[in-house]
Order: sequence, then C-alpha cells, then structure tokens
Amino acid sequence: MNFLGYRRADGRVGTRNYVGVLSTVVCANEVARAIAGQVKGAVAFSHQQGCCQTPPDLARVTQALIGLGQNPNLAAVVLVSLGCEGTDVAQVAKAIEDCGKPVHVIGLQAEGGAARTTALGVLAAQQMAIDASRIQRVECPLSDLVLGLKCGSSDTTSGLAANPALGVAVERLVAEGASVIMGEVTEFIGAEHLLARQCKDENTGREVLRLVDRMEQRVKAMGVDMRGGQPTPGNIKGGLTTIEEKSLGAIAKIGGAVVQAVYEYGQRPVVKGLVVMDSPGREPELLTGMASAGANLIVFTTGLGAPQGFPFVPVIKVTGNEVTWRRMQDHMDLSVHGVMDGEESLQQAGLRIFEKMIETASGAATKAEVSGYVQAMDIYVTGPVI
Amino acid sequence: MRRNAIVIKRQDNVATAIQDIPAGESAAVGVEEESVSIKVIQEIPLGHKLSLRHIDKGEEILKYGTVIGLATRDIEPGEHVHVHNVESTRGRGDLA
Repeated sequence: MNFLGYRRADGRVGTRNYVGVLSTVVCANEVARAIAGQVKGAVAFSHQQGCCQTPPDLARVTQALIGLGQNPNLAAVVLVSLGCEGTDVAQVAKAIEDCGKPVHVIGLQAEGGAARTTALGVLAAQQMAIDASRIQRVECPLSDLVLGLKCGSSDTTSGLAANPALGVAVERLVAEGASVIMGEVTEFIGAEHLLARQCKDENTGREVLRLVDRMEQRVKAMGVDMRGGQPTPGNIKGGLTTIEEKSLGAIAKIGGAVVQAVYEYGQRPVVKGLVVMDSPGREPELLTGMASAGANLIVFTTGLGAPQGFPFVPVIKVTGNEVTWRRMQDHMDLSVHGVMDGEESLQQAGLRIFEKMIETASGAATKAEVSGYVQAMDIYVTGPVI
Repeated sequence: MRRNAIVIKRQDNVATAIQDIPAGESAAVGVEEESVSIKVIQEIPLGHKLSLRHIDKGEEILKYGTVIGLATRDIEPGEHVHVHNVESTRGRGDLA
C-alpha cells in the first residue's frame, strides 16, 4: 500500500513540504517567528532552551535541533541564532546540510539587530519556498511513514476506545514495515511490567524498565505524591484515579506490536517497527521529541479534548468520548466513541484510523493545521537553568 | 437492558461507567458476554468507576486485571471508586 509523499535527498519521505525557520536559542524566537510570518510555506520552530544550561542539556538542544532540521517534512532550513548561545549552531547547520538539505544561517549579533536579520532571513526563506514548491509528491510505500504516538487530556474512554483502536492501526502499520515511536515514559508507570513483556527480548525489556525507573526517581526526588501532576486534574475529572490506571490505558496505543528498541529523547530510530523513546507526557516536549526523531505523522488520542498540533508534522486527533466529539468539532479529526457501547468494533475503528493516516500523510489537512493550532513545541531538558 | 458500565477483565473489582449513572439506579454492568445488575449508591459520571463488591481498606483495586492502587478505606458495592478512596503506590515521593 502507498501514500503520496515528498522524497528527500537522503531517501526519507516528507508528508509536508515546508521551509523550517528554526530558532537556535530562546533569545532568537522573535526573529524566527517574524521571518516565517512573512513567507508563505515557511514555519517557525521556537523553544525556551539553548543557553545557561548544563552541558548535557545543551548537547540535547543541539541534537534536537539537528533532528528537527533533518525531519523530512522540511525541504530547507533557516537557522536563526543570537550569536552567544550554548547551542552548537555550526554543528546543527553541518548535520542538516549533510542530509542534503539547503541551510541558511543568520544571527542577530552578526547581522546587526532584529530588523536586518529578519529581512535577510525573509529573502533567504522566500527563495527556499520557491525551490521547495517545485517538488512534487510521489508514490511511496507505507514503510516510509514514521508515526509518533501521543495521548493527551485523557479520560477513561482513552484507555477503552481511542487507544486500543489506535493499537489496531499501529499493528497494521508495523506490518507494512513502517516505524512507530511511543514516548510518554511517565505513562508507563504501573504498566511497565506488561510493556517489558511486549519487547522483542529481555534486554530491550530491561531498557524500558530503566527509563521508567529513571523517570519515577526524578519525580520522587521532589518529595511529594505526583498525583495532580500525573494524572492531571483533567485526567482525574475524567475518572482516572492513579498513574497506574492511566498507564494501563496509555499502553493500549501499541496494540500487540512488539517493541524493537529503546531510544533517548529525540533520537532517530535506526530500526523499523515499534520503538520506545524517552520523553515526558507533556505535549510541547513530546511532539518536539517525535519530530526530532523523524516522525512525519503523529496520531494523538484524547478524552476531554486536547487541541495541540505541531508546526510541521500533521497531528491527527482521535477521541473515544462522544461528548468531546460533539463539543470540540474544530479540533477532533475522528471519533471512535461507537467502541464504548459496542456499536463499532475495535477492528473497524482501527481501520478508520489507519485510512485517516494514509489520507493525512498524502496531504489531507488536519483540524490542527487548518485552525493554526500548531504551536505546541519545546525541547525536553532535565537539568536546571543556571 | 443496555449496558451502562463495563468490566474489562473478569477478575476486576471495579467497573467503568460508559454513561452517567444516577444515584439509586441499578447499573447494567457488562462482564464479557454477560450482564450483571448492581445498585449504584452514588452518582457515577461517564468514565468513572464503581465498586463491584465490598473492598477492604488496604485491598488492591483491580482494573484491566492489574493493580491500579490501594483502597484507603472500606468500599461498599456500587460505591464511586476514585481519588477519595484509592491511592497510588507509584511516584510517591511523599512516602520516601
């Protein structure tokens, strides 16, 4: 089975064809946004990181920006720097160029202020957008899809309908040879023993348990009960009582697919099939991590109605809650609420999600894209701001 | 009668409401192909849980056939099961 995508120089395939204007540090966000705002076909990536952080976090910011720039949904990249940040801008530029993509670097201190930098960035991005517009979609096998998974504003319908229906679609996509990335390690807590058993071997299972333990220790170091933070007040309102209950519903997203490998945050999988990536559950960091890992499509299940999308990766919203489907029409792409009372089988609902994925990958717009609700982005760091 | 709550695994001691169930109503709880009736003693909103039997304080709460927490007090059949009578055993920095 095929979809229509943009094949890039490095062989990867985009489901979208944007010029990415990436801010390399929190201090350059305004200029990145100003440039993207003036060029049709350009999108900005902004974040709160890149300076006054410990070296491991700065290395992570550098790696995340490389992953984002290399994401196949971007045809070309403008990097907007301040000039004195901790991010290794030269390394980011080189790594993106190495995958065969045009890169243009500009900096506020080098160019002499925001106005000049914006003007130069706009001119560069305009030419990139014209060049990108010449690229045509071509038939690509589903094995070129890299699907990111997410659930947010979950209630108990997530664990009973939307997530297991997504699991059916994931099994099918994996059988087609695609890559699927599951993150949200906090939401493995209480279900990690089941997830570890779903790994391809004991070693991979141990890697999953290590990620979960690391996340739980980080939470416990705060000296409080994490309930209220995870599960969230919204989860609790929706009927989820503990993180264990939330996790058991969350891991239903992968169905019976086997976990092939475990990766650090934002790292690009080198194996096909289902993989686990370290990340928290919060949307900006999770969606950014998926994009950095090379996801060209994301499916996001929700109970109470989460609106978030990402600037250059389409995010499909699926709900199992009939009330949310009726009340949040401008954010929800698909409802599988029929699963709750047995009107629709999980298999049927999963097939509809699968078809929606192919349609969206081939260019059909999501609700998040048409409404412009696509600003959920930030890079996940674990150390202090110093 | 149309089901208004479901049990995910037979060994579970809680069911999940798939629609709002008013206090005093008998819930039709689906357990696999069967349906059992349980009188609900408090309102159970859509997505929330009700107890299927008496649960002792300290006993494990089972959903998906897996422990989702411990009862912080005795829970009667048909009672709302949520944060007021269940605690998590995980991410508990307050107990460390």
